Amino acid sequence: MGGLKILLTLTLLLCSGCGQFFSDRAPAVEIMNVSYDPTREFYRDYNAWFTENYCEGSGESVRVLQSHGSSGKQARFVIDGLEAHVVTLALAYDIDAISSKTGKLPPDWQTRLPHGSAPYTSTIVFLVRSGNPKNIQDWGDLIKVGVEVITPNPLTSGGARWNYLAAWGYALLQALDEDQLSRLSEDDPLLQEAEEKAFAFLSALFRNVPVLDSGARGATTTFARRGIGDVLITWENEALLALKSLPQERLEIVTPSVSILTEPTVSLVDEVIDKRHTRDVAQAYLEGLYSPEGQALAARHYFRPREMQHASPEDRDKFPELHLFTLEEFFGDWQKAHEKHFSPAGCFNRLYAMRYANQEK
Amino acid sequence: MKKTGSQNHFLPGFGLSLGFTLVYLSLLVLVPLSLLSFRALSLDGTLYRDIFQDPRTLAAFKLTFASSFIAAGLNLIFGFIVAWTLVRFPFPGCSFIDALIDLPFALPTAVSGIALTSLYVRSGMVGRYLDIFGIQVAFAPLGVVVALSFISLPFVIRSLQPALKDIEREYEEAAISLGASPISVFFAVIFPAIRPALLTGFSLAFARALGEYGSVVFISGNMPMKTEIISLLIAGRMEQFDYDGATALAAVTLLASFMILLSIHLIQWHYSRKIQPRS
Repeated sequence: MGGLKILLTLTLLLCSGCGQFFSDRAPAVEIMNVSYDPTREFYRDYNAWFTENYCEGSGESVRVLQSHGSSGKQARFVIDGLEAHVVTLALAYDIDAISSKTGKLPPDWQTRLPHGSAPYTSTIVFLVRSGNPKNIQDWGDLIKVGVEVITPNPLTSGGARWNYLAAWGYALLQALDEDQLSRLSEDDPLLQEAEEKAFAFLSALFRNVPVLDSGARGATTTFARRGIGDVLITWENEALLALKSLPQERLEIVTPSVSILTEPTVSLVDEVIDKRHTRDVAQAYLEGLYSPEGQALAARHYFRPREMQHASPEDRDKFPELHLFTLEEFFGDWQKAHEKHFSPAGCFNRLYAMRYANQEK
Repeated sequence: MKKTGSQNHFLPGFGLSLGFTLVYLSLLVLVPLSLLSFRALSLDGTLYRDIFQDPRTLAAFKLTFASSFIAAGLNLIFGFIVAWTLVRFPFPGCSFIDALIDLPFALPTAVSGIALTSLYVRSGMVGRYLDIFGIQVAFAPLGVVVALSFISLPFVIRSLQPALKDIEREYEEAAISLGASPISVFFAVIFPAIRPALLTGFSLAFARALGEYGSVVFISGNMPMKTEIISLLIAGRMEQFDYDGATALAAVTLLASFMILLSIHLIQWHYSRKIQPRS
């Protein structure tokens, strides 16, 4: 009997709980933002700001659902049918894939918002151990004998591809200046010579890499927690987050003289918002990222805002000046960069194939 | 009147259970696999040529099959010893050990991968002692073997235990009383009795190891040409939206594993045919 009573009480409690759960919130609209791993904390804060702000402006209550994962995987989920109203991914390449494989958004999606639909940016920097014992200042120091470099595997990690391209760009700039690089045609012998030098630089760099984790977070763990390697190549936002969340590991950031501008891009998913009639909310959601508050929040969460003046002064100090080049300047676009560097016949594969061919001789 | 198999059967419900089996297998195994095969067959042939010309992929194939084979082989030897101990020498706490064996089944493979890596890196609890002798486990091919041995361990033991329990002690006693040495008792009496179980355990362990992804990617270090496994290459192709490349690679792997498993079963069939006329 006692058991039955307890069961009844529990059921009643559960029901009353449910009632409250359902009556409390009745959001007029719900949108889903499919994003990638490092933006987790940023979008938690941004969503809170947006829901409050949007409700005040329009009187309509809105709820934002969030999904995170590795960028390529998230794009694949959307391709396979995950109902994303907006996507905020690591690379334009991933959103391009959604567009070309499904037509859920138009091919010219990148022109619909300012700055190529990238409201915040980041770059690639180094993380070293306290006191910088190997005295690493710039990319050139990474190929010195006895320096162990940690970076993930470009096959599975988008971050690793940025790292690789940043190093390649540095090596090109050692041989030619920016003006020449933009002027020279692809088959110019000067450019080809510079690319051979860049290939040699990357070969030397990867000779110093003892382990290639499958993702950026994994590489951070290998470096910070397992104590392997002298320098970790990673996104600036990831490096700043590691400093804050792992103070006991005593790490330092080294900003190289030159690096690549990484542009996480955002877009509406037209097919979904038209079906769900959420275009207005979704549009306001993405435009809010460019607002002074959105920009300030991005800066607080270690992304470089497009309008630095909106960031608070202490956030501004986190982003030292450096020479930044874009992917378009040196590599054309992602499709071309992928074909040339990361496809089976690409430079990355050649680099390892050549190393082992030489060893066997 | 023609008699069909189902009417011959003395247990009722044959039609129902066969129907259920077919539906269940189709939904879970046959449909996904045939979709893969259809896609694989409709692909451009050059994709397959590329697979066999790419040194990085070939190196991954070599590592995956070799380390799975070694891991299954190690488990064959040590799994036999464990199963033998548990069946023949019941000791206090032996049922606790017996329960431990299933842990590799239950643990998420990423967890075991991370745990093994922490143990075996240069600074880890076990790795630091191995480092003295210059043995590197984590981020080396040996790490792949360790991870695969861990996840495939239960298969050999669990297939062997019932076979070992079934052996009648009288046969061994008779052999000994007829003057057989312990070694010849093992090879002439025990080994033939457990050979089918050994082969089953080996092929299960081997098949499980071939498809493993979660634990290996943490401990192997994923170095191209050195410690990349096939599942990582497939995952990588998917990550880059190269669905065709991933399908081709998966199809080749599937075909290779099927051939190997088939030949193991043929060996077993061959032996069981040899034994039966005598008995």
